[in-house]
Amino acid sequence: MASGNRPLSPHLQVYRPQLTSLLSILHRITGVGLWAGALMMTYWLSSATYGPEAFERAQGILGSWFGRLVLLGLTAALYYHLANGIRHLAWDIGWGFEMDNLQISGWAVVVFTGVMTLLTFLAGYWVAGAI
Amino acid sequence: MEFRSTLSKVRGRGLSKEGGTGHWWAERMTAVALIPLTIWFVISALSMVGADYAQFRAWIGDHGNAVLLILLTIAVYHHGQLALQVIIEDYIHHEVAHFTALIMVKLGAVFLAVYTIFAVARLAFGS
Repeated sequence: MASGNRPLSPHLQVYRPQLTSLLSILHRITGVGLWAGALMMTYWLSSATYGPEAFERAQGILGSWFGRLVLLGLTAALYYHLANGIRHLAWDIGWGFEMDNLQISGWAVVVFTGVMTLLTFLAGYWVAGAI
Repeated sequence: MEFRSTLSKVRGRGLSKEGGTGHWWAERMTAVALIPLTIWFVISALSMVGADYAQFRAWIGDHGNAVLLILLTIAVYHHGQLALQVIIEDYIHHEVAHFTALIMVKLGAVFLAVYTIFAVARLAFGS
């Protein structure tokens, strides 16, 4: 469609980044990132259908330093998308749209993500017997 | 009261192509399902850290675990393809690229879900 010389709405770059807008785009970014998590889940589960060696190889790849680094990112993405998704569901039923509530729930999501990611990794190392 | 012009109707403008309400609702339903399912999966995956083949087979051979894994797989890939559809509709405007991406995401999600479910079922049934 030709837009001619009609005025455009201001571009995203002219806005100062703020918590609400950053968390909003982060929801989409983590959602796309979690597709990698879904593929890794499929790889991990299906590897065992190819026998013990294939499963042990998958366990080795996921447990390597690189695998753990990817899992760290995916764990953070999952907790973020989970908590912020609940925030979205609350908005869907009309809760929490006031500015001060947006700030509180936004920071709660950030803190939840950090704390749960840390606890999950500590639990993982504990199960592995490393701590 | 009808606000859409005859021309816009002919062009299909202002009309959700495949039922926008249904898409919106399905995305929320799968989101709600994924809250308990992902929490369960994180805890389960943690219990499988460093597990050998026999331990994994014992875990996936459990009736409840296999059922939850299949439910998780359905919810993950359904939610994931609904969400990617929105992103494609937002950012990919070139018509050929738009529909190519949509078709790949939709069919890819079905393939991955069926592949994963079959793997879980095969392992759970013990072959």
